[in-house]
Amino acid sequence: MTAATLALPRVVRLPRIGTVLAATVVVLVLVAAVAPGLLTHRSPTAIDLTATLRGPSWAHWFGTDDAGRDLLTRVIYGTRQSLGIGLGATAIAFLIAVVLGFTAALAGGVVDGIITRIVEVAFAFPALLLALLVIAVRGPSLATEIIAVGIGSAPGYARMVRGQVLTVRQAGYIEAAAALGHHGFTVIRRHLFPNAMRPLVAVVTLGVGQSIVWASGLSFLGLGVPPPSSEWGALLDAGRVHITTSWWLEILPGLVIVLVALAVTTLGRTLQNRLGGASR
Amino acid sequence: MPTSRSNALGRFAGKVVSSVGVIVAAASVTFFAQLAVPGDRATALMNLQTGQEKKWTPEELAPLNERFGFDKPVIVQYLRYLGGLFRGDLGTSYTQKRPVTEVIGGQLLPSLTLTVAALAVAWVLALGVTLLTVKRGRFLSGLGSTWEALTASLPHYWVGIVLLVVFAVELRIFPIIGGTSASGTVLPVLTLAIPLAGFLGQVTRDEFVQVLEQPFVTTARTRGMSDLGVRLRHVLRHAVLPAITLSGWALGALVAGAVIAENIFGRPGIGQVLVTAVNTRDLPTVTGIVLVVAAIYVVANLLVDLAYAVVDPRLGGAR
Repeated sequence: MTAATLALPRVVRLPRIGTVLAATVVVLVLVAAVAPGLLTHRSPTAIDLTATLRGPSWAHWFGTDDAGRDLLTRVIYGTRQSLGIGLGATAIAFLIAVVLGFTAALAGGVVDGIITRIVEVAFAFPALLLALLVIAVRGPSLATEIIAVGIGSAPGYARMVRGQVLTVRQAGYIEAAAALGHHGFTVIRRHLFPNAMRPLVAVVTLGVGQSIVWASGLSFLGLGVPPPSSEWGALLDAGRVHITTSWWLEILPGLVIVLVALAVTTLGRTLQNRLGGASR
Repeated sequence: MPTSRSNALGRFAGKVVSSVGVIVAAASVTFFAQLAVPGDRATALMNLQTGQEKKWTPEELAPLNERFGFDKPVIVQYLRYLGGLFRGDLGTSYTQKRPVTEVIGGQLLPSLTLTVAALAVAWVLALGVTLLTVKRGRFLSGLGSTWEALTASLPHYWVGIVLLVVFAVELRIFPIIGGTSASGTVLPVLTLAIPLAGFLGQVTRDEFVQVLEQPFVTTARTRGMSDLGVRLRHVLRHAVLPAITLSGWALGALVAGAVIAENIFGRPGIGQVLVTAVNTRDLPTVTGIVLVVAAIYVVANLLVDLAYAVVDPRLGGAR
């Protein structure tokens, strides 16, 4: 118990107001993803050619696009796809990371050496370039975008997973479980896996925010989801031709992405502190 | 002390060897990624070049197979590719039908100028904010760390768009499409530098706070040294070490950011070439650029090791 108490990470005090704001943003995002109709009564595809490229106003908070569609409504309806891409990419990244990290840490020796080397090299590539390589091989599409962002962010997580497994493996309860005669696989499943992964829950949360930003960056370059979609990055891409006349088409959806990423990061850090304190 | 010097040299030589290893591994990854293209590569290429979607006869595909060596066994292709790399041959562009080195060559300098300038500006911004705000009372410290946390999390594209709209479209201080002119370089550099400065500042600030509490700082103060003098002469030297280590990594991230910045400001560079190549699925050009970036990254990290030894003389001959 004393060792566990000593190992407590120092608790970082976050401003309460920040956490509350972050939680509000995340709740709004979830509502927008599940039931966008609750947040707006407009349709994301309602074209109004008498009101094209209008700046932000009381009637249209985010202004309108070149087809007179309400931008805020399009952002709200785009939430589901953006969040889906973020979750999907993070899931792929972690799947790869868990497989590589566990194999490397448990196998040790030559296998560990090879995997670690590959991960290091992949980590050396800027994630964006790795993602672009995947898109060049597979051709741009929604699935490619998710896979690309997932593969791009996997190496960083793989290092963390491997480190976690190596640390947890040393723990007394693992030794005890093995000494009690439990089968190796049971020890991994019941003790090693949950304990190694628990501190990474916060990292997953942070990862979703990161993935949304990266995916929207790819879409912004015109390499993501094709235009009719109102996915956040696709909105940015579609608005670029009007940048000299209609700033809101770029700045406001971008601001939403920034705020969501900040909110997710803030919550992730809060979670990290809580879990850090709770996990023994 | 000849032995310690040869030790340092030996360590550096070891780093060089492992760097070459990293590049060979990177080349292998990119080569096998090319094999992962769905279907037959000659067919895919033929469809790409003709804009049609159909099955081609072996006779029609023969010239492409001949030209790119698709019909050879994979191992032969792989060794050829690696051998070519050592002779400085990155392959032939699918779409432009000329050597990738030629396609990239002229575009490399503007991108390097952009990233190196951004790194320099980021350091100036980060150090300025750190020196002025760390432990300068609650308000200034809070302002400094909030600024850093905020800017560090901004995506490049959004910073670029905001700068473009404010300074080019509305205020008209800088051109919207600046090319490689000096005034056209300011906004792309800031686009890359602002988020990086936030990141470097965060790292330096933590270190700075800790170093300010060290005994040698108190000693320096009791000698009657001014506050700014202590910060510049003693604290800074220690506080910048982690940020220097991260600068090598940062250069890689900057190249990625350059792709976005060049795209926003219509600035020529490998980023523009890369996006076009990804769009047209010109794999040799994409992998060529990825490898060049990997090489730059590796060289940058070697330079970081050297810079580290200069700032921290303890590392020069130690161990």
